[in-house]
Amino acid sequence: MTTTEERPVGFGRMPRKEDARFVRGHGTYVDDVRLPGMLHGAILRSPLAHARIVSIDTSAAEAHPKVRAVITGETLAGLGLAWMPTISYDTQAVLATDKVRFQGQEVAFVVAEDHYAARDALELIDVEYEPLPPVVDARRALDPDAPVIRDDKEGQTDNHVFDWSAGDKERTDEVFAAADVVVEQDMLYPRVHPAPLETCGTVADMDAITGKLTVWSTTQAPHAHRTLYAMVAGIPEHKIRIISPDIGGGFGNKVGIYPGYVCAVVGSIVTGKPVKWVEDRSENLMSTSFARDYHMHGEIAATKDGKIQGLRVHVIADHGAFNATAQPTQFPAGFFSVFTGSYDLAAAHCTVTGVYTDKAPGGVAYACSFRVTEAVYLVERMVDVLADKLGTDPAELRMRNLLRPGQFPYRTQTGWEYDSGDYPRALRLAMDIAHYDDLRREQAGKRERGELMGIGVSFFTEAVGAGPRKHMDILGLGMADGAELRVHPTGKAVLRISVQTQGQGHETTFAQIVAEELGIPPEDVEVVHGDTDQTPFGLGTYGSRSTPVSGAAAAMVARKVRERAKIVASAMLEVSPDDLEWEKGRWYVTGDPDQGRTMAEIALAAHSNLELPEGVEGQLDATCVYNPPNLTFPFGAYICVADVDADTGQVKIRRFVAVDDCGNRINPMIVEGQVHGGLADGLGMALMQVIAFDEDGNCLGGSFMDYLLPTSVECPSWELGETVTPSPHHPIGAKGVGESATVGSPAAVVNAVVDALKPLGVRHVDMPLTPAAVWRAAQGRPLRTDLAIT
Amino acid sequence: MQVPAAFQYERATSLDQAIELLTRYGPEARVVAGGHSLLPMMKLRLAQPEALIDINGLGELALIRVDGHDLAVGAMVRHAELLASPVVGEHFPILRDAERVIADPLVRNRGTVGGSLCQADPSEDLSAAFSALRATLVAQGPGGRRTIGIREFFLGPYETALNEAELLVEIRVPIRSHASAYRKVERRVGDWAVVAAGAVLEISAGVITEAGIGLTAVGAPRFVAEQAEDFLRGGRPDDEGFAEAGRIAAQECRPTADQRGPVDFKRHLAGELTTRALRAAAARAQGQEA
Amino acid sequence: MRITVTVNGEQHTRDVEPRLLLVHFLRDELGLTGTHWGCDTSNCGVCTVWLDGTPVKSCTVLAVMADGHEVRTVEGLAHGAELDPVQQGFIACHGLQCGFCTPGMMMTARWLLDHNADPSEEDIREAISGQVCRCTGYENIVRAIRWAAEHGGGRGTADAGTEPAPGREEVRA
Repeated sequence: MTTTEERPVGFGRMPRKEDARFVRGHGTYVDDVRLPGMLHGAILRSPLAHARIVSIDTSAAEAHPKVRAVITGETLAGLGLAWMPTISYDTQAVLATDKVRFQGQEVAFVVAEDHYAARDALELIDVEYEPLPPVVDARRALDPDAPVIRDDKEGQTDNHVFDWSAGDKERTDEVFAAADVVVEQDMLYPRVHPAPLETCGTVADMDAITGKLTVWSTTQAPHAHRTLYAMVAGIPEHKIRIISPDIGGGFGNKVGIYPGYVCAVVGSIVTGKPVKWVEDRSENLMSTSFARDYHMHGEIAATKDGKIQGLRVHVIADHGAFNATAQPTQFPAGFFSVFTGSYDLAAAHCTVTGVYTDKAPGGVAYACSFRVTEAVYLVERMVDVLADKLGTDPAELRMRNLLRPGQFPYRTQTGWEYDSGDYPRALRLAMDIAHYDDLRREQAGKRERGELMGIGVSFFTEAVGAGPRKHMDILGLGMADGAELRVHPTGKAVLRISVQTQGQGHETTFAQIVAEELGIPPEDVEVVHGDTDQTPFGLGTYGSRSTPVSGAAAAMVARKVRERAKIVASAMLEVSPDDLEWEKGRWYVTGDPDQGRTMAEIALAAHSNLELPEGVEGQLDATCVYNPPNLTFPFGAYICVADVDADTGQVKIRRFVAVDDCGNRINPMIVEGQVHGGLADGLGMALMQVIAFDEDGNCLGGSFMDYLLPTSVECPSWELGETVTPSPHHPIGAKGVGESATVGSPAAVVNAVVDALKPLGVRHVDMPLTPAAVWRAAQGRPLRTDLAIT
Repeated sequence: MQVPAAFQYERATSLDQAIELLTRYGPEARVVAGGHSLLPMMKLRLAQPEALIDINGLGELALIRVDGHDLAVGAMVRHAELLASPVVGEHFPILRDAERVIADPLVRNRGTVGGSLCQADPSEDLSAAFSALRATLVAQGPGGRRTIGIREFFLGPYETALNEAELLVEIRVPIRSHASAYRKVERRVGDWAVVAAGAVLEISAGVITEAGIGLTAVGAPRFVAEQAEDFLRGGRPDDEGFAEAGRIAAQECRPTADQRGPVDFKRHLAGELTTRALRAAAARAQGQEA
Repeated sequence: MRITVTVNGEQHTRDVEPRLLLVHFLRDELGLTGTHWGCDTSNCGVCTVWLDGTPVKSCTVLAVMADGHEVRTVEGLAHGAELDPVQQGFIACHGLQCGFCTPGMMMTARWLLDHNADPSEEDIREAISGQVCRCTGYENIVRAIRWAAEHGGGRGTADAGTEPAPGREEVRA
């Protein structure tokens, strides 16, 4: 099956169905929801990173004429809601009762008649704090004299969260001991924030008469939210409806449940009115799920002729004040153990130590792929460090060590089974598009003239599409997705899915999947999503799992419908089902193609007075639950060209070539769009995005003035290529792609800049590569980018 | 979204009325022009003025004029208008250079020249550029008009020589034979400067007769590097001299560390960008575009 | 304070607090929720609308400052049922994903094409450089605006040239 050809029905390029409303300004985002009598909430947040709460005086705020309620941790404690479970089996304060543990932590919630009044009332709340020394530097969080952040947890006497390891330590140590060459490198993947342009928010409406709670929420996982609300608040699950309307970008930021959501629900219960709470940008950056914050020490072992043999990694993982990291239960460090990357190794071992610090909770959000981003960065930097040591071209070194097509399915040293791939083909294609050899020649000429130009290569293998359910669950909820397909009498279809688009174009892609399977135009398939009362259960959209899991469910449920249609067609044509053959959109009699019935004809018959044979009760509707047998493993080869001004530290990304292989492409236009966005994400993280903290624990990236996102000027025109290696276990041979480029691109950018700085003796620079960081690296005095610059 | 605290709003319909309003409300009033510095600060509640006096209706302050031998830029001229002005582009490339890197096109559509100067943000670009040009500011207060040399205007961060109830009306720069350029390093387009430097050179018979060096974001007193200017005056416009002027400028500024960079880097950049701006200005003097 | 603002050609009179931001006036008072907001510091450009024919960030304009002035929003972009070429370009070139920055991007695009009928890639990138998109990597936004220019969208006045803004200028000898 190829995917690049134009197809009138099914797969292929087609404009998105959802665009018609967006270009008219008729999308409906959470902040666009307006209900009669709706009140507005605002959160008072801690100005301090670590402090004991002595007292909270809300009387002045309560006296404000427009204020309807002021809720504190004490109020919530009375309802048993002051603390909530996180998706990592930790607890998180909804509103602080004992201490505040990061700057920006939620302390009180005001409900007022309008948004402006709610914000005014925050200034009327008087909180007395007793400051405590904060834990800011993750590398010192386990020092014996470090203040204990989580003294609320019984038996917690330090800031240790977990130790986790993967791979075979003994064997890895042996490989390293025997290796010709061993190189090591410390590197930081700094704390960043997904920063979707729409911040997080909710409108909660508790109907006191029916007892039904309706929550419009910025959530990537509406069904998981419904179940968690039921478990946490004790509201019967059938009385909870989560509506996730249009979402203005998610990138993992909208997976978890935030204190503001819970406060809005409580606010609605307390006031009997709908309550809207939408965070401002500073709240978004300072308190909701960050990503990364991995302090890594990598070692790589190789033969002197450049055969990579082993990898050894130790990570200190900064999880903030509450371990609210989103990952499947069995994976406290996510999928970090894919750090062996795209190479055939003899041994590998990693250890990850999670620590608490006085920073916002979270950990995986942001084109997360559950720590694959950190893993790929680690291995791709290490390969470059090795190439530098060996004096080998980094592309050549990769080509020598990449897995070969014949090795798939390939079991890695840490236990993953990569489904399919032709890695050398992808790298060769990227090198061809970039004119790699010409670039190296140009670079040599520039170096002679003292100009700094760098070429960075990265190769990544992504691990996306969680489950299967026996290995992957969130708080016990197995990661399998349902799908329902109805075919109306006139042959038009409605597909109901559990995953939630945040811009990925599900209304189009999923319609195309059904169209491909049933042979009806995508325009004839309505995709219903984002409403738990209207859709079957599933775990949601993150980790690039929509196409791998729900996409498969959509294909499978359509195939069920097709099989039912076959039985109905056999009755219509008065032949045995065994005598029918399928062509796109129609069943016909073997050997007599004129004798056939289209899906529309069959659908009408299925609803008619036709006597139906055994196996069909009437109608064609079907449901299914798809439990993926394995993850899918998209991959790609990226090449970045950077020019660096050594005297100012400025970096210009001149070109970026990205070859992605995500198996069969349902809508290549949408796939390319996903790649474009991920590349910009990666460039942003590599060059400018960072949430740093000063010694007092003040967040230094709390607004878009300080937390910089890439613009159209920093981004080059992306040069894309594709190879197609279908996933053998996915019904339509597709893999996920949403996060591939975010995963693969940062290493290419950093490798390019380090390559440019090579004549100055630079071997590594930590992200983000701001002018200051680049210049200081060139001076041999690198900056700690996670801390305040002094 | 963060929103401002409540305030009284007055819309000035004439310059005199604006000054009357300023007099009436006293120090708790703020003038709002483009609002692109003030309103974000009010939303963050870092500023909570009791009254805002809106001078957007004062069309007479929104003109770019050639008045005799001076370029006169009204305080309400928007950044985008200064950038697009042919007369500014012809005579004052330093202003065009600076405007191209101030904030972003949308902010430039609304933000004003006068607002930028009166905000006296220590990282502001036009403050450095006009200081390099030795502009003269025209202010009007209850007692009438007076002029203030720009090098006497900036008293410190967010502090100017304007008296209470005094309004900046116009910025004047003599049009004379000189060359100029502005160079900025920013972390990203639209960001405030890590460091920026502007250079103005008057050259006669191969000798520098007057030099202006403006520096921003490095704690340069009144946005200028006077010792470097003194060094250049009377010298030849050559690379060696420009490099030395850069070294002097780097030494006379007083940068502080922040997330844009450590002190050593900013000091280095002050020198590097001073040198580059001087070189670019000199190249322009030779008729080469830089 | 009572203000009258012409929005997409229609006059609206409301009593508002002086501190009401224009973006909230449009969204909350007039129900024109096509204009979004994304930050507090006029950095993201999601809230871009036209004020008297010029794109501005409506989170940094007070509604009272728009009293007696004209505002144009994304809801005023189409010509009845017919989409503006800019809107068509965004659809044709997949210039949007989540759709949140899209209205602001299109308002700037429309303005750019009105003043530069044939913008280069660099012109386009400069014009939208005050607006953040988190989804598209800007590639298809640039293509969408080029598409519009090539499909009758560049119907701006030719003599406006390529200057980023029309300057008001008076030269006295």
